[in-house]
Amino acid sequence: MVSKKVTVVNEQGMHMRPAGELAKAVKAHPDCEVTLNANGKTVKAKAPMQIMSACMKKGCEVEIVCDGADEQAVLDEIAGMFESGFGE
Amino acid sequence: MKKYQGKGVYGAVAIGKISLFKKPDAAVKRIHVVDTDNEKTRFEQAKTLAVQQLQEIYEKALKEVGETNAAIFEIHQMMLDDDDYNDSINNIIDSQSVNAEYAVAVTADNFADMFSAMDDAYMKARAADVRDISNRLINNLSGNALIETGSDEKVIICASDLAPSETVALDKDKVLAFVTAHGSSNSHTAILARNMNIPAIIGAGDEFLNEIKDGGEAIVDGYTGEIFVDPDGETRTMLLEKQRADEEKKRLLQELKGKENITADGKKINVYANIGSVGDIGKVLANDAGGIGLFRSEFLYLENSDYPTEDQQFAAYKKVLESMAGKKVVIRTLDIGADKKCDYFNLKPEENPALGYRAIRICLTRPEVFKTQLRALYRASAFGNLGIMFPMITSVSELEKILAICDEVKAELKEQGVEFSDKVELGIMIETPAAAVISDKLAPMVDFFSVGTNDLTQYTLACDRQNPDIEQFVDTHHEAVLRLIEMSAENAHKHGAWIGICGELAADTTLTETFLRMGIDELSVSPTFVLKVRGAVRSIDLSK
Repeated sequence: MVSKKVTVVNEQGMHMRPAGELAKAVKAHPDCEVTLNANGKTVKAKAPMQIMSACMKKGCEVEIVCDGADEQAVLDEIAGMFESGFGE
Repeated sequence: MKKYQGKGVYGAVAIGKISLFKKPDAAVKRIHVVDTDNEKTRFEQAKTLAVQQLQEIYEKALKEVGETNAAIFEIHQMMLDDDDYNDSINNIIDSQSVNAEYAVAVTADNFADMFSAMDDAYMKARAADVRDISNRLINNLSGNALIETGSDEKVIICASDLAPSETVALDKDKVLAFVTAHGSSNSHTAILARNMNIPAIIGAGDEFLNEIKDGGEAIVDGYTGEIFVDPDGETRTMLLEKQRADEEKKRLLQELKGKENITADGKKINVYANIGSVGDIGKVLANDAGGIGLFRSEFLYLENSDYPTEDQQFAAYKKVLESMAGKKVVIRTLDIGADKKCDYFNLKPEENPALGYRAIRICLTRPEVFKTQLRALYRASAFGNLGIMFPMITSVSELEKILAICDEVKAELKEQGVEFSDKVELGIMIETPAAAVISDKLAPMVDFFSVGTNDLTQYTLACDRQNPDIEQFVDTHHEAVLRLIEMSAENAHKHGAWIGICGELAADTTLTETFLRMGIDELSVSPTFVLKVRGAVRSIDLSK
């Protein structure tokens, strides 16, 4: 299990589009479970509605936890997505 | 063969299969089931269909409104694939032994409530997205086919009535004709049908609706308002001949393309087009309109599930202005309310919506919505020849407030170093009797007037344009309306403003001469009527 802390940089926070992008990326790795700890909540990153339910606004600190196959590579990919603002 | 009689709102003939459009039944019943696996399979099938439908909508939106605006339909597909959402539905089916429709409805409520309870305006609004995808699932489950999922064959859409938003959602390439059992010829739905260039009949009656069968053959004659179901050979031959003659006439009109809008004695006027979306520009250019006299910006709002952002609006306005390459484009600010409803505006139901909280009244009480639109408009003004038009004006003080907000927006943009044109023309709709009566006071404040004859007629004659029962009392050539237009024209010219007509009456060629004699400078009509009006203008001699 590996983890990393990142910050939400998107102006509107983790709104539908980034949440959808994130879920899409996570689902591409079915053998690695990805969870997010934010705002005192733990949510699975493969479900966009659950991601949005953590209400992560701009500046919010998020801990990404990856557990399973290729966990380090998956962690780097997801962390990179957060840092680049999901291409926005 | 059986014949039904309605009222034609767009003259053309169509032959094809009937597709019955049933409104989804809002109430979902809780039904106890034994075979829960079957319900789960039904749910999976409805979901697969929904994903396909959303993919089709996404692709259509991609072409018509661009990637940014289309993205929502891609995300809706992802939401349907959301594990929590799916688990919840399957759990409810299993644990309560209930039908899939009910499980979807309960899950939708739970998720929508979760979003509504969140401490963020954006997230709260996502409740609407959950409901949207869930309603699609429920419709698919209960076999309420939505129009957009029809086969590739073109069909005659038959419905009790169609809301403007439902008409917008129709795939224009799959519709041969519209027939509604109810509705009035001045409704926005009828206007849209005219704009789409397809035969449309309204008020065909309940008998028609109850007797027709999905997939049956019919001929729709938009000229006479007649619908022939299972037509016999003779009728078919006669109407095919009519269709051929009609196409011939339209071809002749094409010959007027490229000609000037000039009377026999040399008076030139502008013939512009009315449009409702960026996608209509093709028709404007194909029909050789000299500009756009009315761009109904509310369609940006109606097609969206949330307030369109400044950038979204800017992109749409910029595209229209650039496509028109320096020709005049008059964009009307938000005209929501009355028969045009938008969920996220949260407008309360009203006893008298036409006299209620609509158009500029919403803009002046929700200045943030208004300013977003004005900022987008002014930013787009750098890319063409823009006129901004304000609807539903009744007083000088309203106009003073609007002009002050425009100045505010311009000052902000200047301060932020954002480019905009200093040649933007500002104008108002003359669509209330009040505005026409005080047009002498309003004219000095603006660059132009544009007469909205539909509302002006409705308000002057006190006749609800949505009520088919009083249609016989609506005299669209009523002297009172014509006098108000004439009065407005005189006052506009006295104060150096120009005046156009952008309502349905502008395309009524029996009045073209009357309007020209009043001094009307511009007629703005559905793109498909531009050449017809040009033909009328060229046949008039004002010296006689």
